Amino acid sequence: MTSPATVDPRGLRFAAAITTVVLAAVLLLPPPAREILLTIQLVVFALGTFVGLSASPYGLLYKILVRPRLGPPAELEDSAPPRFAQGVGLAFAAVALVAFVAGAPLVGLIATAAAFVAALLNAAIGFCLGCELYLTTRKLAKTFA
Amino acid sequence: MVGLGFLLGAVAVALALALVLRWRNGKFVPARDSGTRTNPEPGRPVLTVEEIGIELGDRATLVQFSSAFCSPCRATRVILADVAKSVEGVAVVDVDAESHLELVNRLGIMRTPTVLVLDPSGAVVTRASGIPRREQVLTALASA
Repeated sequence: MTSPATVDPRGLRFAAAITTVVLAAVLLLPPPAREILLTIQLVVFALGTFVGLSASPYGLLYKILVRPRLGPPAELEDSAPPRFAQGVGLAFAAVALVAFVAGAPLVGLIATAAAFVAALLNAAIGFCLGCELYLTTRKLAKTFA
Repeated sequence: MVGLGFLLGAVAVALALALVLRWRNGKFVPARDSGTRTNPEPGRPVLTVEEIGIELGDRATLVQFSSAFCSPCRATRVILADVAKSVEGVAVVDVDAESHLELVNRLGIMRTPTVLVLDPSGAVVTRASGIPRREQVLTALASA
């Protein structure tokens, strides 16, 4: 499956909204429900990062349920930064899951809360923290190149 | 119970960050001295036609610094183009930050998009980072 170079930004916001709800649930649920839900979210992050944004289940949900009811997007967004952002989410979710399973729930909650903040900002005001991080790494790479 | 505390705390943090971002974006501030700490150039930085690639506007020039993979840059471009069309004597140009690193360093550009307002002589009067609202650009032009 090839990833397109650009994506519908509304799909990203939709996916971020679902992610926000899922991570909020992870914060509130008791074990083992929260570990199971977190694992599902981890898989979603992994698909988006390693396979491509179009492989994300949330993105597919958008494509099937929401997109047909909307007009065409006013503009398209480059897919590289949001994909990197999924990777950042993956890292935090992985740390959280390992922490929960290894018996360090406070670390797990902190990592989950951090990912939640990023997802909420994206869903609510369209600010992509991971995207900003992507731009910073590119800048650093150019500085040291 | 602990989880609820973290959730509420996270929502509060997100709200605070959102407010800071909203406040910062498009906020035009007066331009300060250019150059770096080790190589200061007192007085407002002046940009030349060679540096920005277009003729300066009779009234003002809007210079936008952009980078690749920057969707806010695209939105800003649209807003600036619209303003340049509506206001007499305003020139607008988009400068790629990555291919103008000397300019970026000299002007202390930290973020894209960054919009500079130049007066007719090319001196930087005011600047803002993040997507500005149309009214913010118009108000900034009034000070040029």
